[in-house]
Amino acid sequence: MLSKRIIACLDVRDGNLAKSIKFVETKDIGDPVAKAREYYEDGLDELVFYDITASSDKRNIMLDVVESVAKQVFIPFSVGGGIRSVEDANKLLWAGAEKINVNSAAVQRPDLIDECSHAVGAQNVVLSVDIAQVDVSDLVPSGYEVVINGGRTPTGRDAIAWVVEGEQRGAGELVVNSIDADGTREGYELKLTRMVAESVGIPVIASGGAGEPEHLYDVLTEGKADAALVASMVHYGDYTVSSLKRWLSNKGIKVRLKY
Amino acid sequence: MLAIVDYDAGNLRSVQRACQHVGISDAEITADPDRVRVADKVIFPGVGSSESAVVTLQARGLDDALTEYYHSGKPLLGICLGSQIVLDHSEEGDKDCLGLLAGRVKRFQLADASLKVPHIGWNSVDIVRDHPVLRNIKSGDEFYFVHSYFVEPADEATVYGRTNYGGEFCSMLGRNNLFTTQFHLEKSGRLGLGILDAFKEWDGTPPC
Repeated sequence: MLSKRIIACLDVRDGNLAKSIKFVETKDIGDPVAKAREYYEDGLDELVFYDITASSDKRNIMLDVVESVAKQVFIPFSVGGGIRSVEDANKLLWAGAEKINVNSAAVQRPDLIDECSHAVGAQNVVLSVDIAQVDVSDLVPSGYEVVINGGRTPTGRDAIAWVVEGEQRGAGELVVNSIDADGTREGYELKLTRMVAESVGIPVIASGGAGEPEHLYDVLTEGKADAALVASMVHYGDYTVSSLKRWLSNKGIKVRLKY
Repeated sequence: MLAIVDYDAGNLRSVQRACQHVGISDAEITADPDRVRVADKVIFPGVGSSESAVVTLQARGLDDALTEYYHSGKPLLGICLGSQIVLDHSEEGDKDCLGLLAGRVKRFQLADASLKVPHIGWNSVDIVRDHPVLRNIKSGDEFYFVHSYFVEPADEATVYGRTNYGGEFCSMLGRNNLFTTQFHLEKSGRLGLGILDAFKEWDGTPPC
């Protein structure tokens, strides 16, 4: 039987772990490669790096990070942020990423999904969607709207319609990120995650809101997610990856315990 | 020299990095059939569609090189798509493959609608019989899978591992000097690297 995956997300700016996630200020902890390796050795199933580097002339720094991670970390990892073309995607895959992750750029130009899927294979293309709860309307019948640019810009697109379109265009996996739950540490948006999981045939990775082990349990059962994304709850040192997996295993969730 | 066969199917550098990590320093990515012929060891990796893969292999003359290499008795390791193309035939594009081993490649047809295709993620492998390349792993260990098709060998004696995903399928296959895994051992952490490390020591002699 397939195990549920625990995936850690690392935001990287100019080659360093972003300060926004308030890491303790020590030298090692600011290094995404060291952090990735620590989680890998502690049994993490997969990694996601979001490159939030603002200036395009510093983009190549991320390629160096990817190269270094790929030499030391032998689990799948995806990279997102700033991918606008097949060329961008290929650079990251060549540097060692297993998958590429598209978000706002795909909303602005949906053909990006088709192009990447055709060029690198659907299994290597992850569509991340930032979603906010809104009033039900003709435009947004599900009551969930796609937002872009880190949640700042509403798009008028219905989230369920968009994930279905994303799958049809060739996305191999989905990251469902609730902007409302993100950063609250009060739990994933279960209703949204479940709606998405029941609407598509590709794996769904729940994101936003994880603070306690129960939250992971809830989203992997009631939320029907295939994988749970964690960030601050492991970055702050409140929980380790291995302790989370043991806890889930004791609750009857199949997770990979030997690594 | 260890040759990693390049037929434009997936990220071969991850396989090369994994080789370097276990101390195989002469792992070379090559599309040259003559390099494959003279290699001491060959890894036949790959992701993507077997249909286009077979076309590329033939165009580069790598199909004949791999067949000759296999008959030389030197160790050959297939990974993912490489584990499928060694059989006779694939349902994917209804394509004849290399035929190093009798059997067919089939698409998952799962009765349970909650199971998704492709099969993506970590799943356990039950070892059916011993093999030198499996000396570092145990039955029940988990590995990383990404695939929509699976192998169905004609001879049960060639099955080395089984995995359950809406039913059992063959996840490790072997015959003579050939051994294959459906999962990505290069992305399966320490245990996946353990298989590669054992392959490094294997001279291609099949288990008796």
